[in-house]
Amino acid sequence: MLRRLRTDSAGLLITLVVAFPLYWMVLSALKPRTALEAGDPAPYTLSPTLDSFRRVLVVEDFGRYLLNSVGVAAAVVVCSTLCAFLAAVALTRYRFRSRATLLVMVLIAQMVPVEALTIPLFFLMRGIGQSVPQLGLNHLGSLVLVHTAFATPLAIWMLRGFVAAVPRELEEASWLDGAGSFTFVWRVLFPLTAPGVVATSIFAFIMTWNDFLFATTFIISAQENQTLPVALLSFFRPDENDWGAIMAGSVLMTLPVLVFFLFVQRRLASGLGGAVKG
Amino acid sequence: MATPAPPLRVPGRMLARVRRSGRLEPWMYLAPALAVLGALLVYPLYQLVLVSFYDYRQPQVTGAEPLRFIGWGNYRALLGDPQFWEVLANTVVFAGACVAGTLAVGGSLAVLATRLSAWVRTLLFLAALGAWATPAVTGSAVWLFLFDPSLGPVNQALAAMGLTGFEGHSWTYTKWSAFGLVLSQVVWCSFPFVMVTLYAGIRAIPSEVIEAARLDGASTGRIATSVMLPMLRPAMAIVTIQSIIWDFKIFTQIYIMTGGGGIAGQNLVLNVYAYQQAFASGQYGLGSAIGVVTTLLLLAISLAYLRALRRRGEVL
Repeated sequence: MLRRLRTDSAGLLITLVVAFPLYWMVLSALKPRTALEAGDPAPYTLSPTLDSFRRVLVVEDFGRYLLNSVGVAAAVVVCSTLCAFLAAVALTRYRFRSRATLLVMVLIAQMVPVEALTIPLFFLMRGIGQSVPQLGLNHLGSLVLVHTAFATPLAIWMLRGFVAAVPRELEEASWLDGAGSFTFVWRVLFPLTAPGVVATSIFAFIMTWNDFLFATTFIISAQENQTLPVALLSFFRPDENDWGAIMAGSVLMTLPVLVFFLFVQRRLASGLGGAVKG
Repeated sequence: MATPAPPLRVPGRMLARVRRSGRLEPWMYLAPALAVLGALLVYPLYQLVLVSFYDYRQPQVTGAEPLRFIGWGNYRALLGDPQFWEVLANTVVFAGACVAGTLAVGGSLAVLATRLSAWVRTLLFLAALGAWATPAVTGSAVWLFLFDPSLGPVNQALAAMGLTGFEGHSWTYTKWSAFGLVLSQVVWCSFPFVMVTLYAGIRAIPSEVIEAARLDGASTGRIATSVMLPMLRPAMAIVTIQSIIWDFKIFTQIYIMTGGGGIAGQNLVLNVYAYQQAFASGQYGLGSAIGVVTTLLLLAISLAYLRALRRRGEVL
Protein backbone atom coordinates (compact mmCIF):
# COMPACT_ATOMS: atom_id res chain seq x y z
CA MET A 1 0.00 0.00 0.00
CA LEU A 2 2.76 2.38 0.99
CA ARG A 3 4.72 1.36 -2.07
CA ARG A 4 1.79 2.10 -4.33
CA LEU A 5 1.49 5.51 -2.71
CA ARG A 6 5.14 6.20 -3.39
CA THR A 7 5.02 5.21 -7.08
CA ASP A 8 1.81 7.16 -7.49
CA SER A 9 3.30 10.34 -6.07
CA ALA A 10 6.37 9.87 -8.29
CA GLY A 11 4.01 9.46 -11.25
CA LEU A 12 2.11 12.59 -10.30
CA LEU A 13 5.31 14.59 -9.98
CA ILE A 14 6.44 13.47 -13.42
CA THR A 15 3.01 14.31 -14.83
CA LEU A 16 3.38 17.83 -13.45
CA VAL A 17 6.82 18.23 -15.03
CA VAL A 18 5.57 16.96 -18.40
CA ALA A 19 2.52 19.21 -18.30
CA PHE A 20 4.37 22.28 -17.01
CA PRO A 21 5.49 23.77 -20.37
CA LEU A 22 1.95 23.63 -21.74
CA TYR A 23 0.54 25.03 -18.51
CA TRP A 24 3.04 27.89 -18.60
CA MET A 25 2.15 28.58 -22.21
CA VAL A 26 -1.57 28.92 -21.45
CA LEU A 27 -0.90 30.84 -18.24
CA SER A 28 1.37 33.35 -19.96
CA ALA A 29 -1.13 33.86 -22.73
CA LEU A 30 -3.69 34.85 -20.09
CA LYS A 31 -1.44 36.99 -17.88
CA PRO A 32 -1.64 40.74 -18.25
CA ARG A 33 1.20 42.22 -20.27
CA THR A 34 2.53 44.30 -17.39
CA ALA A 35 2.95 41.20 -15.21
CA LEU A 36 4.86 39.42 -17.97
CA GLU A 37 7.17 42.32 -18.60
CA ALA A 38 7.92 42.65 -14.91
CA GLY A 39 8.91 38.98 -14.89
CA ASP A 40 6.13 38.00 -12.49
CA PRO A 41 7.14 34.51 -11.34
CA ALA A 42 3.75 33.54 -9.88
CA PRO A 43 2.48 30.24 -11.31
CA TYR A 44 -1.07 31.63 -11.40
CA THR A 45 -2.76 34.87 -12.28
CA LEU A 46 -5.51 36.66 -10.41
CA SER A 47 -6.47 38.87 -13.33
CA PRO A 48 -6.67 36.68 -16.45
CA THR A 49 -7.21 38.63 -19.63
CA LEU A 50 -7.69 37.85 -23.30
CA ASP A 51 -5.66 40.92 -24.13
CA SER A 52 -2.76 38.96 -25.62
CA PHE A 53 -5.11 37.08 -27.92
CA ARG A 54 -6.67 40.35 -28.99
CA ARG A 55 -3.23 41.80 -29.68
CA VAL A 56 -2.24 38.79 -31.76
CA LEU A 57 -5.44 38.57 -33.75
CA VAL A 58 -6.03 42.28 -34.35
CA VAL A 59 -2.65 43.97 -34.36
CA GLU A 60 -0.54 41.16 -35.81
CA ASP A 61 -3.24 39.93 -38.18
CA PHE A 62 -2.81 36.41 -36.89
CA GLY A 63 -6.28 35.49 -38.13
CA ARG A 64 -5.10 35.78 -41.69
CA TYR A 65 -2.20 33.36 -41.13
CA LEU A 66 -4.54 31.05 -39.29
CA LEU A 67 -6.81 31.02 -42.33
CA ASN A 68 -3.82 30.44 -44.62
CA SER A 69 -2.73 27.47 -42.53
CA VAL A 70 -6.23 26.04 -42.40
CA GLY A 71 -6.63 26.48 -46.15
CA VAL A 72 -3.36 24.77 -47.02
CA ALA A 73 -3.98 21.92 -44.59
CA ALA A 74 -7.54 21.40 -45.85
CA ALA A 75 -6.42 21.32 -49.48
CA VAL A 76 -3.65 18.85 -48.63
CA VAL A 77 -6.11 16.64 -46.76
CA VAL A 78 -8.47 16.47 -49.75
CA CYS A 79 -5.78 15.96 -52.39
CA SER A 80 -3.62 13.46 -50.52
CA THR A 81 -6.56 11.42 -49.24
CA LEU A 82 -8.03 11.20 -52.73
CA CYS A 83 -4.73 10.16 -54.32
CA ALA A 84 -3.99 7.71 -51.53
CA PHE A 85 -7.47 6.17 -51.48
CA LEU A 86 -7.45 5.47 -55.22
CA ALA A 87 -3.91 4.08 -55.03
CA ALA A 88 -4.87 1.90 -52.07
CA VAL A 89 -7.77 0.50 -54.11
CA ALA A 90 -5.38 -0.43 -56.92
CA LEU A 91 -2.84 -1.95 -54.55
CA THR A 92 -5.26 -4.07 -52.53
CA ARG A 93 -8.14 -5.07 -54.80
CA TYR A 94 -6.21 -5.89 -57.94
CA ARG A 95 -3.50 -8.42 -58.57
CA PHE A 96 -0.98 -7.23 -61.11
CA ARG A 97 2.66 -7.83 -61.73
CA SER A 98 4.35 -4.77 -60.22
CA ARG A 99 2.08 -4.65 -57.16
CA ALA A 100 4.64 -5.85 -54.62
CA THR A 101 7.34 -3.60 -56.06
CA LEU A 102 5.04 -0.59 -55.81
CA LEU A 103 4.20 -1.38 -52.19
CA VAL A 104 7.87 -1.51 -51.27
CA MET A 105 8.37 1.77 -53.11
CA VAL A 106 5.55 3.37 -51.11
CA LEU A 107 7.25 2.23 -47.94
CA ILE A 108 10.60 3.63 -49.08
CA ALA A 109 8.95 6.88 -50.19
CA GLN A 110 7.79 7.34 -46.60
CA MET A 111 11.39 7.33 -45.51
CA VAL A 112 12.79 9.86 -47.94
CA PRO A 113 14.12 12.70 -45.76
CA VAL A 114 12.01 15.42 -47.33
CA GLU A 115 14.14 18.06 -45.60
CA ALA A 116 16.95 17.17 -47.99
CA LEU A 117 14.69 17.95 -50.95
CA THR A 118 14.25 21.60 -50.01
CA ILE A 119 16.76 22.82 -52.62
CA PRO A 120 15.41 20.98 -55.71
CA LEU A 121 11.82 21.65 -54.62
CA PHE A 122 12.60 25.34 -54.27
CA PHE A 123 13.77 25.46 -57.88
CA LEU A 124 10.87 23.29 -59.04
CA MET A 125 8.42 25.73 -57.44
CA ARG A 126 10.26 28.63 -59.00
CA GLY A 127 9.87 26.96 -62.39
CA ILE A 128 6.20 26.16 -61.86
CA GLY A 129 5.60 29.72 -60.70
CA GLN A 130 6.77 31.04 -64.04
CA SER A 131 3.86 29.36 -65.82
CA VAL A 132 1.28 29.00 -63.02
CA PRO A 133 1.97 31.70 -60.41
CA GLN A 134 -0.63 30.33 -57.97
CA LEU A 135 1.35 27.12 -57.58
CA GLY A 136 4.78 28.73 -57.43
CA LEU A 137 6.96 30.44 -54.85
CA ASN A 138 5.30 32.94 -52.54
CA HIS A 139 1.91 31.31 -53.07
CA LEU A 140 0.10 28.86 -50.86
CA GLY A 141 -0.33 26.48 -53.80
CA SER A 142 3.34 25.53 -53.59
CA LEU A 143 2.85 24.33 -50.01
CA VAL A 144 -0.25 22.37 -51.01
CA LEU A 145 1.72 20.62 -53.75
CA VAL A 146 4.69 19.51 -51.66
CA HIS A 147 2.67 18.46 -48.64
CA THR A 148 0.28 16.44 -50.77
CA ALA A 149 3.30 14.53 -52.03
CA PHE A 150 4.73 14.09 -48.53
CA ALA A 151 1.45 12.93 -47.00
CA THR A 152 0.41 10.52 -49.75
CA PRO A 153 2.81 7.57 -49.07
CA LEU A 154 1.83 7.28 -45.41
CA ALA A 155 -1.84 7.71 -46.32
CA ILE A 156 -1.61 4.88 -48.87
CA TRP A 157 0.03 2.70 -46.26
CA MET A 158 -2.67 3.44 -43.69
CA LEU A 159 -5.67 3.17 -46.04
CA ARG A 160 -4.44 -0.13 -47.48
CA GLY A 161 -5.68 -2.08 -44.46
CA PHE A 162 -9.07 -0.40 -44.44
CA VAL A 163 -9.67 -0.98 -48.15
CA ALA A 164 -8.52 -4.59 -47.96
CA ALA A 165 -10.91 -5.25 -45.08
CA VAL A 166 -14.02 -4.72 -47.22
CA PRO A 167 -15.16 -8.25 -48.14
CA ARG A 168 -14.82 -9.46 -51.69
CA GLU A 169 -18.46 -10.66 -51.70
CA LEU A 170 -19.60 -7.06 -51.59
CA GLU A 171 -17.67 -6.34 -54.74
CA GLU A 172 -19.13 -9.38 -56.47
CA ALA A 173 -22.64 -8.40 -55.36
CA SER A 174 -22.29 -4.94 -56.79
CA TRP A 175 -20.91 -6.40 -60.05
CA LEU A 176 -23.99 -8.56 -60.28
CA ASP A 177 -26.20 -5.54 -59.62
CA GLY A 178 -24.63 -3.96 -62.67
CA ALA A 179 -22.36 -1.44 -60.99
CA GLY A 180 -19.15 -0.63 -62.81
CA SER A 181 -15.82 -0.63 -61.07
CA PHE A 182 -15.84 3.11 -60.55
CA THR A 183 -19.36 3.11 -59.12
CA PHE A 184 -18.35 0.37 -56.70
CA VAL A 185 -15.25 2.23 -55.57
CA TRP A 186 -17.03 5.53 -55.12
CA ARG A 187 -20.44 4.45 -53.81
CA VAL A 188 -19.55 1.36 -51.79
CA LEU A 189 -15.85 1.23 -50.97
CA PHE A 190 -15.30 4.88 -50.08
CA PRO A 191 -18.13 5.14 -47.51
CA LEU A 192 -17.08 1.84 -45.96
CA THR A 193 -13.51 3.03 -45.40
CA ALA A 194 -14.64 6.31 -43.81
CA PRO A 195 -12.94 5.66 -40.44
CA GLY A 196 -9.63 5.11 -42.20
CA VAL A 197 -10.16 8.19 -44.31
CA VAL A 198 -10.76 10.26 -41.19
CA ALA A 199 -7.60 8.93 -39.53
CA THR A 200 -5.38 9.56 -42.55
CA SER A 201 -6.89 13.00 -43.01
CA ILE A 202 -5.95 13.93 -39.47
CA PHE A 203 -2.38 12.77 -39.97
CA ALA A 204 -2.09 14.74 -43.20
CA PHE A 205 -3.57 17.79 -41.48
CA ILE A 206 -1.13 17.67 -38.57
CA MET A 207 1.86 17.11 -40.83
CA THR A 208 0.98 20.12 -42.95
CA TRP A 209 -0.05 22.32 -40.05
CA ASN A 210 3.28 21.79 -38.26
CA ASP A 211 5.53 22.41 -41.22
CA PHE A 212 8.03 25.20 -40.75
CA LEU A 213 10.84 24.41 -43.19
CA PHE A 214 8.92 24.59 -46.45
CA ALA A 215 6.73 27.45 -45.31
CA THR A 216 9.80 29.52 -44.56
CA THR A 217 11.60 28.48 -47.75
CA PHE A 218 8.79 28.96 -50.26
CA ILE A 219 7.01 32.04 -48.92
CA ILE A 220 9.86 34.51 -49.12
CA SER A 221 8.49 37.94 -49.77
CA ALA A 222 4.69 37.59 -49.76
CA GLN A 223 3.96 38.28 -46.12
CA GLU A 224 0.21 37.98 -46.67
CA ASN A 225 0.70 34.34 -47.71
CA GLN A 226 2.62 33.22 -44.64
CA THR A 227 1.40 30.33 -42.55
CA LEU A 228 1.21 30.13 -38.75
CA PRO A 229 4.66 28.73 -37.92
CA VAL A 230 6.49 31.43 -39.87
CA ALA A 231 4.20 34.17 -38.59
CA LEU A 232 4.80 33.02 -35.03
CA LEU A 233 8.53 33.26 -35.56
CA SER A 234 8.19 36.80 -36.85
CA PHE A 235 6.93 37.83 -33.39
CA PHE A 236 10.41 37.29 -32.04
CA ARG A 237 12.21 40.59 -31.82
CA PRO A 238 15.63 40.87 -30.29
CA ASP A 239 15.42 41.97 -26.65
CA GLU A 240 11.83 43.08 -26.73
CA ASN A 241 9.88 39.89 -27.21
CA ASP A 242 6.16 40.28 -26.58
CA TRP A 243 5.93 36.94 -24.79
CA GLY A 244 2.21 37.33 -24.16
CA ALA A 245 1.57 37.54 -27.89
CA ILE A 246 3.98 34.70 -28.69
CA MET A 247 2.34 32.44 -26.13
CA ALA A 248 -1.18 33.38 -27.27
CA GLY A 249 -0.16 32.56 -30.85
CA SER A 250 1.32 29.28 -29.66
CA VAL A 251 -1.93 28.38 -27.91
CA LEU A 252 -3.91 29.10 -31.06
CA MET A 253 -1.53 26.95 -33.08
CA THR A 254 -1.39 24.03 -30.63
CA LEU A 255 -5.11 23.75 -29.90
CA PRO A 256 -6.30 22.22 -33.21
CA VAL A 257 -3.51 19.62 -33.15
CA LEU A 258 -4.34 18.69 -29.58
CA VAL A 259 -8.01 18.18 -30.46
CA PHE A 260 -7.08 15.96 -33.41
CA PHE A 261 -4.62 13.99 -31.31
CA LEU A 262 -7.39 13.14 -28.89
CA PHE A 263 -9.33 11.76 -31.87
CA VAL A 264 -6.56 9.52 -33.19
CA GLN A 265 -4.92 8.56 -29.91
CA ARG A 266 -5.92 4.93 -30.29
CA ARG A 267 -4.01 4.57 -33.53
CA LEU A 268 -0.92 6.35 -32.29
CA ALA A 269 0.50 3.36 -30.43
CA SER A 270 0.62 1.16 -33.51
CA GLY A 271 3.64 3.03 -34.79
CA LEU A 272 1.78 5.17 -37.29
CA GLY A 273 2.30 8.18 -35.12
CA GLY A 274 5.90 7.91 -36.07
CA ALA A 275 5.57 9.93 -39.18
CA VAL A 276 3.81 12.87 -37.64
CA LYS A 277 6.57 14.68 -35.84
CA GLY A 278 8.84 16.24 -38.36
CA MET B 1 -25.58 -30.83 -40.09
CA ALA B 2 -25.32 -27.82 -42.40
CA THR B 3 -22.91 -28.08 -45.26
CA PRO B 4 -20.74 -25.03 -45.88
CA ALA B 5 -21.96 -22.88 -48.73
CA PRO B 6 -20.09 -23.48 -51.99
CA PRO B 7 -17.72 -20.68 -52.94
CA LEU B 8 -19.39 -17.96 -54.94
CA ARG B 9 -18.87 -18.67 -58.61
CA VAL B 10 -18.16 -15.78 -60.90
CA PRO B 11 -20.01 -16.18 -64.21
CA GLY B 12 -17.76 -16.77 -67.18
CA ARG B 13 -18.72 -13.58 -68.95
CA MET B 14 -17.83 -11.46 -65.95
CA LEU B 15 -14.48 -13.14 -65.57
CA ALA B 16 -13.76 -12.16 -69.13
CA ARG B 17 -14.69 -8.59 -68.29
CA VAL B 18 -12.42 -8.63 -65.28
CA ARG B 19 -9.60 -10.00 -67.33
CA ARG B 20 -10.02 -7.55 -70.18
CA SER B 21 -10.31 -4.36 -68.18
CA GLY B 22 -8.23 -5.64 -65.26
CA ARG B 23 -4.95 -4.77 -66.88
CA LEU B 24 -5.46 -1.07 -67.19
CA GLU B 25 -7.81 -0.45 -64.32
CA PRO B 26 -5.33 -0.54 -61.43
CA TRP B 27 -3.13 1.90 -63.27
CA MET B 28 -6.04 4.28 -63.68
CA TYR B 29 -6.48 4.29 -59.93
CA LEU B 30 -2.77 4.62 -59.38
CA ALA B 31 -2.32 7.47 -61.83
CA PRO B 32 -2.95 10.47 -59.52
CA ALA B 33 -0.71 9.18 -56.76
CA LEU B 34 2.03 8.20 -59.19
CA ALA B 35 1.89 11.59 -60.87
CA VAL B 36 2.15 13.47 -57.59
CA LEU B 37 4.89 11.27 -56.17
CA GLY B 38 6.81 11.19 -59.42
CA ALA B 39 6.77 14.94 -59.90
CA LEU B 40 7.30 16.01 -56.31
CA LEU B 41 9.34 13.24 -54.74
CA VAL B 42 11.19 11.18 -57.34
CA TYR B 43 12.04 14.00 -59.73
CA PRO B 44 13.37 16.32 -56.96
CA LEU B 45 15.42 13.43 -55.61
CA TYR B 46 16.99 13.03 -59.06
CA GLN B 47 17.50 16.79 -59.28
CA LEU B 48 19.16 16.82 -55.87
CA VAL B 49 21.77 14.30 -57.02
CA LEU B 50 22.20 16.11 -60.34
CA VAL B 51 22.68 19.57 -58.83
CA SER B 52 25.23 18.18 -56.37
CA PHE B 53 27.54 17.54 -59.37
CA TYR B 54 27.30 21.11 -60.67
CA ASP B 55 28.83 24.40 -59.76
CA TYR B 56 25.49 26.01 -58.93
CA ARG B 57 25.63 29.30 -57.08
CA GLN B 58 23.82 32.63 -57.16
CA PRO B 59 25.34 33.74 -60.53
CA GLN B 60 24.18 30.50 -62.15
CA VAL B 61 20.69 30.90 -60.68
CA THR B 62 20.27 34.36 -62.15
CA GLY B 63 21.80 33.20 -65.41
CA ALA B 64 24.78 35.57 -65.25
CA GLU B 65 27.17 32.64 -65.54
CA PRO B 66 26.68 29.31 -67.33
CA LEU B 67 26.18 26.04 -65.44
CA ARG B 68 29.36 24.03 -65.08
CA PHE B 69 29.60 20.30 -64.46
CA ILE B 70 32.28 19.73 -61.82
CA GLY B 71 31.83 16.04 -61.07
CA TRP B 72 32.77 15.23 -57.51
CA GLY B 73 33.96 18.80 -56.94
CA ASN B 74 31.30 19.70 -54.37
CA TYR B 75 31.88 16.47 -52.50
CA ARG B 76 35.63 17.01 -52.52
CA ALA B 77 35.16 20.54 -51.20
CA LEU B 78 32.81 19.20 -48.55
CA LEU B 79 35.07 16.41 -47.35
CA GLY B 80 38.02 18.79 -47.27
CA ASP B 81 36.15 21.33 -45.16
CA PRO B 82 36.80 20.93 -41.43
CA GLN B 83 33.44 22.57 -40.73
CA PHE B 84 31.63 19.71 -42.47
CA TRP B 85 33.29 17.16 -40.22
CA GLU B 86 32.42 19.23 -37.19
CA VAL B 87 28.79 19.47 -38.30
CA LEU B 88 28.69 15.72 -38.97
CA ALA B 89 30.10 15.04 -35.51
CA ASN B 90 27.57 17.49 -34.00
CA THR B 91 24.75 15.71 -35.79
CA VAL B 92 25.81 12.23 -34.69
CA VAL B 93 26.45 13.23 -31.06
CA PHE B 94 23.31 15.37 -30.79
CA ALA B 95 21.02 12.83 -32.50
CA GLY B 96 22.58 10.01 -30.48
CA ALA B 97 22.03 11.86 -27.22
CA CYS B 98 18.43 12.66 -28.22
CA VAL B 99 17.75 9.00 -29.04
CA ALA B 100 19.33 7.80 -25.79
CA GLY B 101 17.44 10.40 -23.76
CA THR B 102 14.11 9.69 -25.45
CA LEU B 103 14.46 5.93 -25.03
CA ALA B 104 15.59 6.19 -21.41
CA VAL B 105 12.75 8.53 -20.42
CA GLY B 106 10.10 6.79 -22.54
CA GLY B 107 11.19 3.30 -21.47
CA SER B 108 11.32 4.01 -17.75
CA LEU B 109 8.00 5.85 -17.81
CA ALA B 110 6.43 2.91 -19.67
CA VAL B 111 7.57 0.60 -16.88
CA LEU B 112 6.43 3.10 -14.24
CA ALA B 113 3.04 3.39 -15.96
CA THR B 114 2.37 -0.33 -15.47
CA ARG B 115 2.66 0.15 -11.69
CA LEU B 116 0.61 3.32 -11.33
CA SER B 117 -2.99 3.51 -10.19
CA ALA B 118 -5.31 3.90 -13.14
CA TRP B 119 -6.17 7.54 -12.49
CA VAL B 120 -2.52 8.62 -12.18
CA ARG B 121 -1.71 6.73 -15.38
CA THR B 122 -4.53 8.48 -17.21
CA LEU B 123 -3.20 11.85 -16.07
CA LEU B 124 0.34 10.94 -17.13
CA PHE B 125 -0.86 9.80 -20.56
CA LEU B 126 -2.91 12.96 -21.01
CA ALA B 127 0.09 15.15 -20.20
CA ALA B 128 2.22 13.06 -22.56
CA LEU B 129 -0.39 13.41 -25.28
CA GLY B 130 -0.21 17.17 -24.87
CA ALA B 131 3.57 17.15 -25.22
CA TRP B 132 3.32 14.87 -28.24
CA ALA B 133 0.74 17.05 -29.96
CA THR B 134 2.68 20.28 -29.52
CA PRO B 135 4.03 21.42 -32.90
CA ALA B 136 7.82 21.79 -33.06
CA VAL B 137 7.51 25.52 -33.64
CA THR B 138 5.33 26.26 -30.62
CA GLY B 139 7.32 23.82 -28.49
CA SER B 140 10.49 25.72 -29.36
CA ALA B 141 8.83 29.06 -28.63
CA VAL B 142 7.65 27.85 -25.22
CA TRP B 143 11.09 26.49 -24.45
CA LEU B 144 12.73 29.79 -25.34
CA PHE B 145 10.36 31.50 -22.93
CA LEU B 146 10.86 28.95 -20.13
CA PHE B 147 14.62 29.37 -20.41
CA ASP B 148 14.63 33.09 -21.13
CA PRO B 149 17.65 34.66 -19.36
CA SER B 150 15.69 37.14 -17.24
CA LEU B 151 11.94 36.46 -17.67
CA GLY B 152 12.00 32.67 -17.81
CA PRO B 153 10.65 30.72 -14.83
CA VAL B 154 13.60 28.29 -14.88
CA ASN B 155 16.23 30.94 -14.23
CA GLN B 156 13.93 32.66 -11.74
CA ALA B 157 13.43 29.43 -9.82
CA LEU B 158 17.16 28.64 -9.82
CA ALA B 159 17.98 32.16 -8.65
CA ALA B 160 15.33 31.96 -5.93
CA MET B 161 16.93 28.73 -4.73
CA GLY B 162 20.09 30.71 -4.08
CA LEU B 163 21.94 29.95 -7.31
CA THR B 164 22.37 33.61 -8.16
CA GLY B 165 24.71 32.71 -11.02
CA PHE B 166 21.64 31.85 -13.07
CA GLU B 167 20.25 35.37 -12.95
CA GLY B 168 20.37 36.48 -16.57
CA HIS B 169 22.19 33.28 -17.54
CA SER B 170 21.91 32.54 -21.26
CA TRP B 171 21.32 28.88 -22.07
CA THR B 172 22.13 29.26 -25.75
CA TYR B 173 25.46 31.02 -25.40
CA THR B 174 27.82 28.05 -25.21
CA LYS B 175 27.67 25.19 -27.66
CA TRP B 176 26.78 22.23 -25.49
CA SER B 177 24.43 24.16 -23.25
CA ALA B 178 22.50 25.19 -26.38
CA PHE B 179 22.47 21.61 -27.65
CA GLY B 180 21.31 20.47 -24.23
CA LEU B 181 18.44 22.96 -24.31
CA VAL B 182 17.29 21.70 -27.71
CA LEU B 183 17.75 18.12 -26.52
CA SER B 184 15.44 18.65 -23.56
CA GLN B 185 12.76 19.99 -25.90
CA VAL B 186 13.20 17.06 -28.32
CA VAL B 187 13.00 14.51 -25.51
CA TRP B 188 9.92 16.22 -24.10
CA CYS B 189 8.01 16.03 -27.35
CA SER B 190 9.19 12.60 -28.53
CA PHE B 191 9.25 10.43 -25.40
CA PRO B 192 5.44 9.94 -25.47
CA PHE B 193 5.67 7.88 -28.66
CA VAL B 194 8.23 5.58 -27.04
CA MET B 195 6.30 5.41 -23.78
CA VAL B 196 2.96 4.59 -25.38
CA THR B 197 4.44 2.00 -27.76
CA LEU B 198 6.47 0.21 -25.09
CA TYR B 199 3.60 0.37 -22.61
CA ALA B 200 1.38 -1.37 -25.15
CA GLY B 201 4.19 -3.90 -25.70
CA ILE B 202 4.51 -4.65 -21.99
CA ARG B 203 0.75 -4.99 -21.63
CA ALA B 204 0.69 -7.46 -24.55
CA ILE B 205 2.96 -9.91 -22.71
CA PRO B 206 0.68 -12.67 -21.38
CA SER B 207 0.65 -12.72 -17.59
CA GLU B 208 0.94 -16.54 -17.69
CA VAL B 209 4.48 -16.20 -19.02
CA ILE B 210 5.50 -13.91 -16.17
CA GLU B 211 3.75 -16.13 -13.63
CA ALA B 212 5.47 -19.25 -14.97
CA ALA B 213 8.85 -17.55 -14.67
CA ARG B 214 8.01 -16.45 -11.14
CA LEU B 215 6.97 -20.01 -10.18
CA ASP B 216 10.30 -21.18 -11.55
CA GLY B 217 11.89 -18.90 -8.98
CA ALA B 218 13.00 -16.01 -11.19
CA SER B 219 13.55 -12.68 -9.46
CA THR B 220 11.90 -9.47 -10.65
CA GLY B 221 15.16 -8.31 -12.19
CA ARG B 222 15.62 -11.64 -13.91
CA ILE B 223 12.07 -11.55 -15.28
CA ALA B 224 12.69 -8.06 -16.65
CA THR B 225 15.94 -8.97 -18.42
CA SER B 226 15.32 -12.58 -19.46
CA VAL B 227 11.59 -12.66 -20.14
CA MET B 228 10.18 -9.21 -20.81
CA LEU B 229 13.09 -7.65 -22.67
CA PRO B 230 13.34 -10.39 -25.34
CA MET B 231 9.59 -10.24 -25.88
CA LEU B 232 9.77 -6.48 -26.25
CA ARG B 233 12.64 -6.60 -28.71
CA PRO B 234 10.56 -5.99 -31.89
CA ALA B 235 8.83 -2.97 -30.33
CA MET B 236 12.19 -1.72 -29.03
CA ALA B 237 13.74 -2.02 -32.47
CA ILE B 238 10.97 0.04 -34.00
CA VAL B 239 11.00 2.86 -31.46
CA THR B 240 14.81 3.01 -31.57
CA ILE B 241 15.11 3.25 -35.32
CA GLN B 242 12.15 5.58 -35.59
CA SER B 243 13.79 7.87 -33.02
CA ILE B 244 17.09 7.76 -34.88
CA ILE B 245 15.34 8.76 -38.10
CA TRP B 246 13.55 11.71 -36.44
CA ASP B 247 16.42 12.98 -34.40
CA PHE B 248 18.79 12.84 -37.33
CA LYS B 249 16.47 15.07 -39.33
CA ILE B 250 15.74 17.70 -36.71
CA PHE B 251 15.59 21.11 -38.31
CA THR B 252 12.91 23.29 -36.75
CA GLN B 253 14.00 23.10 -33.12
CA ILE B 254 17.65 23.84 -33.87
CA TYR B 255 16.79 26.56 -36.33
CA ILE B 256 14.44 28.39 -33.98
CA MET B 257 16.05 27.84 -30.59
CA THR B 258 19.63 28.56 -31.62
CA GLY B 259 18.72 31.24 -34.14
CA GLY B 260 19.64 29.35 -37.30
CA GLY B 261 22.59 27.30 -36.05
CA GLY B 262 23.97 29.08 -33.01
CA ILE B 263 26.71 31.62 -32.50
CA ALA B 264 29.25 31.27 -35.33
CA GLY B 265 27.46 28.11 -36.46
CA GLN B 266 28.37 26.17 -33.33
CA ASN B 267 25.02 24.37 -33.25
CA LEU B 268 24.73 23.41 -36.91
CA VAL B 269 23.48 19.93 -37.77
CA LEU B 270 23.44 18.48 -41.30
CA ASN B 271 19.97 19.65 -42.30
CA VAL B 272 20.43 23.18 -41.02
CA TYR B 273 23.92 23.29 -42.55
CA ALA B 274 22.58 22.32 -45.98
CA TYR B 275 19.84 24.91 -45.66
CA GLN B 276 22.25 27.67 -44.66
CA GLN B 277 24.77 26.80 -47.38
CA ALA B 278 22.02 26.92 -50.01
CA PHE B 279 19.69 29.70 -48.94
CA ALA B 280 21.96 31.94 -46.90
CA SER B 281 25.24 31.58 -48.81
CA GLY B 282 23.77 30.77 -52.22
CA GLN B 283 25.85 27.60 -52.60
CA TYR B 284 23.10 25.42 -54.02
CA GLY B 285 25.45 22.77 -55.44
CA LEU B 286 27.27 22.35 -52.14
CA GLY B 287 23.96 22.35 -50.22
CA SER B 288 22.69 19.58 -52.49
CA ALA B 289 25.82 17.52 -51.86
CA ILE B 290 25.12 17.78 -48.11
CA GLY B 291 21.54 16.76 -48.83
CA VAL B 292 22.75 13.67 -50.70
CA VAL B 293 25.03 12.69 -47.80
CA THR B 294 22.12 13.11 -45.34
CA THR B 295 19.80 11.07 -47.56
CA LEU B 296 22.29 8.22 -47.90
CA LEU B 297 22.89 8.09 -44.15
CA LEU B 298 19.16 8.02 -43.47
CA LEU B 299 18.53 5.46 -46.19
CA ALA B 300 20.93 3.08 -44.47
CA ILE B 301 19.06 3.56 -41.19
CA SER B 302 15.69 3.21 -42.91
CA LEU B 303 16.67 -0.11 -44.48
CA ALA B 304 17.42 -1.37 -41.00
CA TYR B 305 13.94 -0.14 -40.03
CA LEU B 306 12.39 -2.10 -42.91
CA ARG B 307 14.10 -5.26 -41.78
CA ALA B 308 12.89 -4.74 -38.22
CA LEU B 309 9.33 -4.23 -39.50
CA ARG B 310 9.53 -7.42 -41.51
CA ARG B 311 10.74 -9.33 -38.50
CA ARG B 312 7.75 -8.01 -36.59
CA GLY B 313 5.57 -9.76 -39.16
CA GLU B 314 4.13 -6.77 -41.00
CA VAL B 315 2.84 -8.12 -44.32
CA LEU B 316 3.53 -6.41 -47.57
